[in-house]
Amino acid sequence: LEGLSIKTISKIGGLHQLLGLHEYGFVAVPRDSIQCLPEANGTNKLGASFETPCGRLLIKPVEYMEMISSMKPELWATLADEVPAWVSDKRNKTSVDRTIKWLDECIVSSPVGGAVFGAIVGGSSLEERQRCAQEVARRNVSAGYWVGGFGLGESMNERPALLNAVIETLPEEKPRFICGLGLPAEEILQGVAAGVDLFESTYIYHLTLGGFALTFPLDSMEINASNLASSDVGSDLRKINLRATVFRKDTTPIIEGCTCYTCQNHTRAYINHLLNVHEMLAQILLEIHNTHHFLGFFRSIREAIKAGRFEEFRKKFVQSRCDHLAVASLDVGFSQTRLV
Amino acid sequence: MALRFEVLGRFNRARAAQLTLPHFVCQTPLFMPVGTQGTIKGLTTNQLEEIGCQIILGNTYHLALRPTSELIDELGGLHKFMNWPRAMLTDSGGFQMVSLLHLADITEKGVTFQSPVDGKPMLLTPEESIEIQNRIGADIIMALDDVVRTTITGPRIEEAMYRTLRWIDRCIAAHKRPHEQNLFGIVQGGLDPVLRDICVRGLVDRNLPGYAIGGLAGGEDKDSFWRVVAQCTAALPEDKPRYVMGVGYPLDIVVCSALGADMYDCVYPTRTARFGTALVPEGVLKLKHRAMADDTRPIDPTCACMVCKNYTRAYIHSLVTKDAMGSQLLSYHNLYYMMQLSRNLHSSIVRGRFPEFVCNFLQKMFPKGDVPEWVCNAMEVAGIDISSCCAPFPSAQD
Repeated sequence: LEGLSIKTISKIGGLHQLLGLHEYGFVAVPRDSIQCLPEANGTNKLGASFETPCGRLLIKPVEYMEMISSMKPELWATLADEVPAWVSDKRNKTSVDRTIKWLDECIVSSPVGGAVFGAIVGGSSLEERQRCAQEVARRNVSAGYWVGGFGLGESMNERPALLNAVIETLPEEKPRFICGLGLPAEEILQGVAAGVDLFESTYIYHLTLGGFALTFPLDSMEINASNLASSDVGSDLRKINLRATVFRKDTTPIIEGCTCYTCQNHTRAYINHLLNVHEMLAQILLEIHNTHHFLGFFRSIREAIKAGRFEEFRKKFVQSRCDHLAVASLDVGFSQTRLV
Repeated sequence: MALRFEVLGRFNRARAAQLTLPHFVCQTPLFMPVGTQGTIKGLTTNQLEEIGCQIILGNTYHLALRPTSELIDELGGLHKFMNWPRAMLTDSGGFQMVSLLHLADITEKGVTFQSPVDGKPMLLTPEESIEIQNRIGADIIMALDDVVRTTITGPRIEEAMYRTLRWIDRCIAAHKRPHEQNLFGIVQGGLDPVLRDICVRGLVDRNLPGYAIGGLAGGEDKDSFWRVVAQCTAALPEDKPRYVMGVGYPLDIVVCSALGADMYDCVYPTRTARFGTALVPEGVLKLKHRAMADDTRPIDPTCACMVCKNYTRAYIHSLVTKDAMGSQLLSYHNLYYMMQLSRNLHSSIVRGRFPEFVCNFLQKMFPKGDVPEWVCNAMEVAGIDISSCCAPFPSAQD
């Protein structure tokens, strides 16, 4: 928010007034995976460095707390030194030491009325992750734990072990919030299985920018929904790219029966046109649908957990993707045979 | 004819009316936002209804290019394609071509131009323009006219005016859906009152559902502008809608309404929004200005729109150069402003309070009483006493 001074935000009354969103809670985290990525090389003992549209910025804990006090979010995470997976052990250890130090500094200047998530880092080292989690668990963090440092270069295979190392060390009764994971099957379900409660990701943002709309069936929907079949043969069953010419005359909604504004009011053909003529409304409509659908995915997860069938849900979800890929390759084989 | 036009109230030349179109019942005077490519920059149809838009404009040239009029027709017309339940108007495509395309030229056959896709020579005839507009399906369609800028002088203006009259007959003959779509003729003739008169009489003879005053809003001085509008509105039939094309600024709309016009269109409100400018009673507010950075008031404290009720100037200032939402919020507000202006014009005429409305409007815009001379002259012809808003003229005129 380099465009608005802290003073002005305070004058307006905080985030809720600024954005005109009074019915929602806000959680403030230092890292914005779209615009303000942590820049580990610039971070030093004074503060955390971020690459922003206005250049590299160094934020000290006291400056960070001034922003938090001004914005008045319901929840906020402490300032962390996030490092990518490939840094040296020494740098990684330093990041844990700093993050804990800043956690203490931030808590000391906690504003009244906000609950704090303690930040946990540790890169790709199991020991450091555990050490950090232990230290943070000792502190009184009113909201819970913010697990940072993921989505910055670690491989998918390493992640479960690292996640478990952290979560097992944390007390059961406080929520765990993770940044940087967004792919439904591989990452979200993996995180949920490990015990994560809150997710923040740029998945929807990137989908929308690319002209994609989510179409994977939610638990409550029939897997053979009427308009998902023919035009998606050979494509990924979980999303469609509305720039494709195959949608030029498709007068069906993105998903038949979806209750979002976009599917209730507009067709694939119209969105295809908007994308072709570079109209802003395309992104608006896609974002509405994708957000709605993604939130629906989380609702399905909650319902599956409550009904005691999460593992089955997870298996079925991952399986349906593999099945579809197998069917698609069969189709290709079949039509090739027919040509002969 | 597929419309009904019923005058509900008058003040001298100004009138408030109900215009019943196939898709919507409208109240005039009204402003029509321009949705060039089947959408109004960043606003959903839901928001357009919220704002109170009654008729929106689609550009035939752009839509014929993408997604093509054949596709729109196949999918049930533009209303269905973009899911806009209210009324629509399409232009003929001619003006866009001449202003947008390199080497566009006008001959008796039609407008010749180079295809922007592959450079091939192409021709838009009156017949083809109407055929495309028939496929798009708007409530009001515009005749292909030979439009010249008012800044041009010489025999070209006369040639264009007579050609426009010859072309209207070709348009009428080509029109396949007169019971669902209203073909409006366009009065040309530059700034020459004799030519304008000939054109008006020629078009009125054809007994069209409505008439547009074209060829203005192109850089002519304001004094010439209002005089042409005044002449045309005086000569056009009372019982049919009058549309001044390409207008425009709120002040111009108020003046033209006082002179007896009913409908307007312009890209100005939405275009100026994209440059960070908001329309307010005092004139304009430039949200990019540094002073806005910590101004915690809404754009217009007297405005009831969603933007003014929820956002501060400071917030919009932080968005306008960086985020698409900045221009989206300003477009919303600016269009709301124009719709509110339309509503105020209509209701003040119906309630017999039109002169008070005009004075109030001018006082807010010219608090020092420096109302431009052309406005004073136009209001005199319109029979509206605005002496209470005008400071006495200084002895030295500029």
